[in-house]
Amino acid sequence: MSATVSTSANRSQATITIRLNGKSREVRDGLTVRSLLEELELHPGMVVVELNRDILERDRYADVRVRDGDSLELVHFVGGG
Amino acid sequence: MTPPSATLAAAAALDRPLVIGGVEFTSRLIVGTGKYKTNQVMVDAIRASGAEMVTVAVRRVDLDRTKEEAILHHLDPSEFFLLANTAGCYTAEDAIRYARLARAAGFNEFVKLEVIGDETTLLPDVHATLEAARTLAGEGFKVMAYTNDDLITALRLEDAGCVAVMPLASPIGSGLGVVNPYFIREIKRRLEVPVIVDAGVGTASDACVTMEQGVDGVLMNTALAAADDPVRMSHAMRHAVLAGRLAFLAGRMPAREIAVPSSPTRGMLD
Repeated sequence: MSATVSTSANRSQATITIRLNGKSREVRDGLTVRSLLEELELHPGMVVVELNRDILERDRYADVRVRDGDSLELVHFVGGG
Repeated sequence: MTPPSATLAAAAALDRPLVIGGVEFTSRLIVGTGKYKTNQVMVDAIRASGAEMVTVAVRRVDLDRTKEEAILHHLDPSEFFLLANTAGCYTAEDAIRYARLARAAGFNEFVKLEVIGDETTLLPDVHATLEAARTLAGEGFKVMAYTNDDLITALRLEDAGCVAVMPLASPIGSGLGVVNPYFIREIKRRLEVPVIVDAGVGTASDACVTMEQGVDGVLMNTALAAADDPVRMSHAMRHAVLAGRLAFLAGRMPAREIAVPSSPTRGMLD
């Protein structure tokens, strides 16, 4: 196996650990926020994403990749008074 | 017979719209969306109440069961004006964080600011509320601040740039009604921004008495959600708020502790 193929294979299989809504979670390395929401079956228009305590604008979901150790909060509106 | 909807419209025509932060509302009743037994009952009750502005809370998505809890699966944001709250926050910092998250949802700049100071009474921490109000108003938020029935705090919140000040009638979820109508009237007399009484209304008469104090509106949640029949209670509240408002505008007769006959005393038979 050549070095190039090996690196590529490692990358596709590599996982990183993030904190998602207060819980530790393993996700694919290189995953974008948009893909993460898709995997969670969440409509991007229905949630707000906070990445390491900063609000992430919706138009950046497709560009921003989660990194090892990132802390994400996904929030939405629920019933309240 | 005139249909009930026409009666309501005729009564509403005797009032002017409620304007909060530049937005006009016909209904002076604002309702919460929490604690209903089912989402369908919530939607039916809110429609029955005639409310245009509804409050919602900001919470983490429960990644195990998302469909049922997301309020926007049940409430159409084009039908109702969403007022996000900072309920559950105990510090100015947390309330500011929740308000920013709410605004990022992209509906409007309004926030119902609520900073709680005590778990038992759920009374507001007015110092933290003021601090958060100043910051949020500075960031362009239209802040509707939940507060106690203290005039000085209400004046400071107005100075801080709040678009509405919302003193409590009595503690959140208590259903005790207006415990201090004098303070509510005093706040209304002194403030220029709308005064909305938020929390404590238990039943229709409470809502009516609240509006009779001359305030601009009432915000309630538990009184509707915890009624045996929330839809019926919502109809009742809609009428009660309108009744209290019109009674205030009409100007009540002076109360006196002696009887005065309503029928002529002359012309009686020998």
